[in-house]
Amino acid sequence: MAYRLSLSRMDELLEKMRESYTIYAPMRFEKRGRYSDTDLVRYDKIRSVRDIVYDEKSHFSPKEVIHPITQTLFHFTEFEYRESVVDERPVLVFVRPCDIHGIMRLDTMFLENGEAVDPYYERLRDKVKFVLMECGKGWDTCFCVSMGTNRTEDYSLAVRFAGEELLLEVKDPSFSPYFASEKEAEFRPEFVSANRLSVRVPEIKSRDVLEKVHTLPMWDSYDTRCLSCGACTAACISCSCFTTSDVAYSENGRSGDRRRVWASCLHKGFTEMAGGHGFRKTPGERMRFRTLHKVYDFRARFGGADMCVGCGRCTDRCPQLISFAATVNRLSGEVDRLNAEAAAATGVSV
Amino acid sequence: MTANIFKPDPYRIADIVHETELEYTFKVEAGVKVDHGQFFQISLPEIGEAPISVSGIGRDWLEFTIRKVGKVTHRLFSLRRGDRLFMRGPYGNSFPLDEFRGKDLVVIAGGTGVSPVRSLLKHYFDHFDEIRSLHFIAGFKDRDSILFADDLKDFAAKFDAIYTLDKEAIPGFQSGLVTEHIKKIPFAGFADYNVVIVGPPAMMRYAALECLKNGVSKEKIWMSFERKMSCAVGKCGHCKIDETYVCLEGPVFNYTKAEQLLD
Repeated sequence: MAYRLSLSRMDELLEKMRESYTIYAPMRFEKRGRYSDTDLVRYDKIRSVRDIVYDEKSHFSPKEVIHPITQTLFHFTEFEYRESVVDERPVLVFVRPCDIHGIMRLDTMFLENGEAVDPYYERLRDKVKFVLMECGKGWDTCFCVSMGTNRTEDYSLAVRFAGEELLLEVKDPSFSPYFASEKEAEFRPEFVSANRLSVRVPEIKSRDVLEKVHTLPMWDSYDTRCLSCGACTAACISCSCFTTSDVAYSENGRSGDRRRVWASCLHKGFTEMAGGHGFRKTPGERMRFRTLHKVYDFRARFGGADMCVGCGRCTDRCPQLISFAATVNRLSGEVDRLNAEAAAATGVSV
Repeated sequence: MTANIFKPDPYRIADIVHETELEYTFKVEAGVKVDHGQFFQISLPEIGEAPISVSGIGRDWLEFTIRKVGKVTHRLFSLRRGDRLFMRGPYGNSFPLDEFRGKDLVVIAGGTGVSPVRSLLKHYFDHFDEIRSLHFIAGFKDRDSILFADDLKDFAAKFDAIYTLDKEAIPGFQSGLVTEHIKKIPFAGFADYNVVIVGPPAMMRYAALECLKNGVSKEKIWMSFERKMSCAVGKCGHCKIDETYVCLEGPVFNYTKAEQLLD
């Protein structure tokens, strides 16, 4: 079923929904952007549909709703580690199609990798339902079509904003009662079918080619360009890495919180062990690690889709204007050459 | 809700042995089934958790040999006998004892790399009939960094042992890196054998290359990797190399796999 609603009417219904749900959507934080006089668009709890920034791409992804930047795991004393508690209420999040695919990548890591389910991810993830926001034409750093993440059917509600009105599809019947007395309309969300950018994922055909990919001179070019700041991984919907650390409340350190905080493989200390020994010492090596994880390793481990969903937020956030789309395309060009060389060496045509 | 895999449990410290000025062995009362080569996440209050390999396995106790590295582990080193520490585990795979059975075994360890093989060596010290022979090369930087001095003496009485210090020779210890002593191992005389190499990354790489030079085939070599980890259960991402997670598929790898793990 689909409905046409005025924004004011939607706000009345939203008010009712907020009795049962915590509702997150991309919101504008004026003058909180990275540069002077710029705004920040990131996820937070909304009170009105007018809070939702639907006509821009959010700077940060909705992953922080399920995988918070900082999350308390335990409260500790000298004698015990007591598990932290979260709000029991279900969560409704306004997201893009690529973000829904991105959260499926997080699901793979937190719920499937290894034998164990991550209880902190699961307890938030189980409560989440999606409101799909149409993207219109998309944005100039998007490459969802190339990554196959431009479409999804995995949502409870879908919305198209149209001035003072909105069109809403109700797919999850548990939401139908809210809209029982509303005017029905014809609406199905439309998906982006072409991006300005097109990205070709590398097809690494052999172990030998993979080894050569590791030592490509192209990675060296990032040694001076990449600042190892990790802005890309913080904006990324599918980056899931974290570091656990303890924070003491008291001077004697005998009580405090054990927290986990987002970590970045671009940071120099990501692999550094106690004593100072680390791996991947150059920005170029770390860029190679991130790139291959996004468009090769994840697929090699789990099969199916690549980790990168083509949201382009990493490109948007890079202070050095490194385009991830360009990086992947450059890599694919190099891989084509290496595949051809390998084929020529063995006398097999490509 | 799913059981909390991150929850550490308290264990009583039964004893603390000062191996060197910087390395203490913590003996913890724990009746947990552990295989040789596995590790635990030990909680360091105010710091978080760190993966520490098991250096000794008893019926109702475990030992962990921990290096005091700057301020990070200072709290742990202020603990006394009778205090509690928190940990969870065991994690990771282990050395393939079934594969080693009835064959000759060579163990090459450098520095703190002796810790993860110590329980394995003690096992074969007590069950020497499980293997045909054991050659053990242990290398340390200098006389002040020798670990498990008493164990080394015991091992030398039963195993073919070569102990070496990087730059000096003292009674019981020759001089030179472990790699310089590998050629003394009578690989050609073995019917079938395995080689375990554990130590700093560079030492493991060069020791493996030296083994290959001496005719050892790759599939006979086993290594144990050390990586930064926050979770030990395949979630935090720190120990990932290519599509491999050291905490899940390791820390013990056959060299045919280990040589393909490109950081």
